[in-house]
Amino acid sequence: MTPVISGAADTAVGRLDGSGCMALHAEAASAALADAGLRADEVDGVLCAYSLAEPHLMLSSVFNEYFGIAPSYSAAVQAGGATACALVMQAAALVRAGICRNVLAVCADNRLTGLGRSGAVAALAEVGHPQFERPYGMSIPAAYALVARRCMHERGVTAEHLAAISVTQRGHARRHPKAQARDPLTMEQALSARMIADPLRLFDCCLVSDGGAALVISAADAAADHTDRTVSILGYGQMNTHEHAFAMPSLTDFGCRQSAAQAFAMAGLTPADIDVAEIYDSFTITLLAELESIGFFPKGEAGPAILDGALELDGVLPCNTHGGLLSYGHSGAAGGMFHIVEAVRQLRGEAEARQVAGAETAFVHGDGGILSAHCSLILGRA
Amino acid sequence: MSTTDPSLMKPAPLVTADTRAFWDACAEGALTFQRCAACGHVQFPPRPFCTECRAAGPGTERSAGLGTIHSFTIVHRAPTAAFKADTPYVLALVDFDEGFRLMVNLRGGPPSDARIGLRVRVLFEPLAGGGALPQVRPLVE
Ligand SMILES: [Zn+2]
Repeated sequence: MTPVISGAADTAVGRLDGSGCMALHAEAASAALADAGLRADEVDGVLCAYSLAEPHLMLSSVFNEYFGIAPSYSAAVQAGGATACALVMQAAALVRAGICRNVLAVCADNRLTGLGRSGAVAALAEVGHPQFERPYGMSIPAAYALVARRCMHERGVTAEHLAAISVTQRGHARRHPKAQARDPLTMEQALSARMIADPLRLFDCCLVSDGGAALVISAADAAADHTDRTVSILGYGQMNTHEHAFAMPSLTDFGCRQSAAQAFAMAGLTPADIDVAEIYDSFTITLLAELESIGFFPKGEAGPAILDGALELDGVLPCNTHGGLLSYGHSGAAGGMFHIVEAVRQLRGEAEARQVAGAETAFVHGDGGILSAHCSLILGRA
Repeated sequence: MSTTDPSLMKPAPLVTADTRAFWDACAEGALTFQRCAACGHVQFPPRPFCTECRAAGPGTERSAGLGTIHSFTIVHRAPTAAFKADTPYVLALVDFDEGFRLMVNLRGGPPSDARIGLRVRVLFEPLAGGGALPQVRPLVE
């Protein structure tokens, strides 16, 4: 059975006082099911991610119980920032195999009110190796700063190239009424902001947010009974090269190269065919390194192109049109799912003030760990 | 505030069966790594097989302790309160001459000394609960 995305939705994002992790899951799930025109009892597959604020060994079972459903297939997946894309890939495989007709993929966390910014930073630092990284005071920004420094050394990346990413994406977020960070941001502000892990400054780092998002992946014939707003899943791929920062095989070239190549081969497309890109941007350097590894720009050329407006809504590769993790919001695995929801909206022509004219193909990418786990999706207008 | 406040304790290495011999060597001032007798592959951290050819029981060798900074960052925002007093501090990836890589802090000078390509030598910092943590300082020829 051909899988399609039949529903997509997200909750409010930012500081959601009084929000709970499971309530955010349920709110996103209900909205995605409504978007797909499905009742909850028509869901026969549930895929969840993980929560830092309310961790549980079996989060999908916790969700099913809370939401009041009993799907025949259910699993929780943990691949960091690659999780949301991996959920879509897994859901598509379940539909193709005939195991499920309607898979609900749902991610949420209340990191900002549940942990606080310092709590989230400390909790995330625990991904560091318990013997060979954590005793040295590694943080997630520090690990990505190691990548940034090496990309500066080898590829000529500059602080201005990185700042141009945060400024571009802030411009996009300012066109999105739900984005968490909507204040104007100038190059000067980005370049003079407080240093977090040299060379990464405050605006090079993603937000910490509460929020959730959900998708429904259905067999095309099942979806046809309920909605005419489906999005095609044209291709997908994964690559997993390491986990810890000290084990990175390269600090300038990453597994997104292979995951994207698989997705493009399946879709029969090339990077030049992509109308809009929603690419994981936990840090500015994450996006820049991925743009070059994937092949959207030759080595050393992404930075100058970005300074030249390449990622603007009318640029050669409109990118992170909702503002991304840097300005829209980042609530755990839901952060990566916001990218997919935005791609769906662009392909349906529902992106309002930030709509990319004539968007028919979208590339979405998630990366987890320290550019460790990669999953790429290529979506198309139905 | 008491110095035994657990939130101010730096995380000690969580030693496992795979790594006990490595940490015992550190306590005696020796940096060790593994080399596979079957294929010559050099690996770190220690484990009971070769990640290249899967042969069991790679041999343990002592490093000369000399290496080169592959990349570094100067950390201004500590991950936890335990590291706050150290900021700004250098976190670096060091390629040791025998062919393995460690994450360490650069000691023995201001953070501004750090640069890619800097030659460094291992040193061992005592850990609060016993044992020692390998670190590096600039190599002065
Ligand atoms: Zn071997």
